[in-house]
Amino acid sequence: MRYSGWQVLKQGLTGNKGWQPAWRDPDPKPQYDVLIIGGGGHGLATAFYLAKEHGITNVAVLERGYLGGGNVGRNTTIVRANYGLPGNSEFYSHSLKLWEGMEQELNYNVMHSQRGIINLFHSDGQRDAYARRGNTMINQGDDAILLDNAGCRRLLPYLDYDQTRFPIYGGLYHKRGGTARHDAVAWGYARGADMRGVDLIQQCEVTGIDIENGRVTGVQTSRGPIRAKKVAMAAAGRSGQVAAMAGLRLPVESHILQAFVTEGLKPCIDHVVTYGMGHFYISQSDKGGLVFGGDLDFYASYAARGNLPTAEHVIEAGMTLMPMIGKARLLRSWGGIMDMSSDGSPIIDKAPVEGLYVNAGWCYGGFKAVPGSGFSYAHLIATDRHHAPAARFRLDRFNTGLVMDEEAKGSQHNLH
Amino acid sequence: MRIKCPLCGDRDSREYTYMGHETYLDRPGDEGWSADWDDYLHLRDNPAGVTRDLWYHGAGCTSWLLVERDTVTHDILRVELARDAKRGRG
Repeated sequence: MRYSGWQVLKQGLTGNKGWQPAWRDPDPKPQYDVLIIGGGGHGLATAFYLAKEHGITNVAVLERGYLGGGNVGRNTTIVRANYGLPGNSEFYSHSLKLWEGMEQELNYNVMHSQRGIINLFHSDGQRDAYARRGNTMINQGDDAILLDNAGCRRLLPYLDYDQTRFPIYGGLYHKRGGTARHDAVAWGYARGADMRGVDLIQQCEVTGIDIENGRVTGVQTSRGPIRAKKVAMAAAGRSGQVAAMAGLRLPVESHILQAFVTEGLKPCIDHVVTYGMGHFYISQSDKGGLVFGGDLDFYASYAARGNLPTAEHVIEAGMTLMPMIGKARLLRSWGGIMDMSSDGSPIIDKAPVEGLYVNAGWCYGGFKAVPGSGFSYAHLIATDRHHAPAARFRLDRFNTGLVMDEEAKGSQHNLH
Repeated sequence: MRIKCPLCGDRDSREYTYMGHETYLDRPGDEGWSADWDDYLHLRDNPAGVTRDLWYHGAGCTSWLLVERDTVTHDILRVELARDAKRGRG
């Protein structure tokens, strides 16, 4: 069924009896051309683009829990293309363009809101770094505006500009950045893939990857064995365990990233604001809740919940930046399992096993990458060649030295 | 999360800094780059369950500790001085 305003009107006038489930709930077939392990944003987008761009529809997405139940349903929903490093810059630029056409492409309302992102800076040196970053973004064909203090005050009158520790000098304004309704992105890709013939199989845990003579032949699952010519991992924080089934170790350590949301408030924060010096960023959801977060807890964890020191740190930073949020009551907090690569950049590559593909290491930036990752990963799976914007996300770059260290911190696990 | 330092006793995790997996105890030789260095710096088992990693007690005795803990429950199972662990390995 095609969604439209007319459809809403028609169904509303006929008792809403005509709505169909958005996708089928099929049993697994014994064999597919491509199996995707993981029914999150990246896995579903990959299935969608395999079908749409490459005509490969004999595909199943295997999901241990329910579709979109991992990080795509548990993030702070930010979409942006403000990277500086060659390899990242063109990838996120491509991804943002896909975001801009996503609702039409999927016929699905993902509530993509280009409300703008402002990265604050607090010193002359940081201003220079952001000016350079902005020029890199413009050279890539994206948008950036360097705001001075007065420019920031016009857009963000509620910040504490004169705090003594990190007085606000200005900000880098990326107008095309913003937010989206995270679950809807997963659902939209799921529906689009299903419509094109992809089987979305939930409650189906992969328990083994079958390899014969160095070539993948299928997987073992909680719903029986499934054979396939190609198997593609897209398991985010659980990538380490999936890779282990194929006898691989990844340059990835899973960490917690916490996020927080307050009770619903009247509109007060119009943009996404980041405060890098204090490790804090914030936006306001369409429902009114202030959605914010900070840095990792900084120890390996699969607990899917964080600890108090980081929560305190994030909230202290928020209070320093915008004292007005002090009276908002915190509704909930949660922790996601982040697949932190040692250089802070992702991996989209062939595994050393023939027919096996790796999509991992998204760190805390996987959400904005959903369309770009799906598009580039589908290209790799379909053609066995790297898609140009993602060509540097190699699995072997850590060994060859061609690491992609966006933050220039070094390629070591405890640094990103 | 509280970690029981063998020298200082039971302390809040704020006193400690995480370094990473115990792989860091086994530094390869200095003969130049090899696959051993890739293992040492990058590749990880990344277990969901019991793991052993290095923590620095910066706000206490400034010892390096080898902490055995569960990455799913955050339980701390065993703590020893990294120095002792390293000696035990020869």
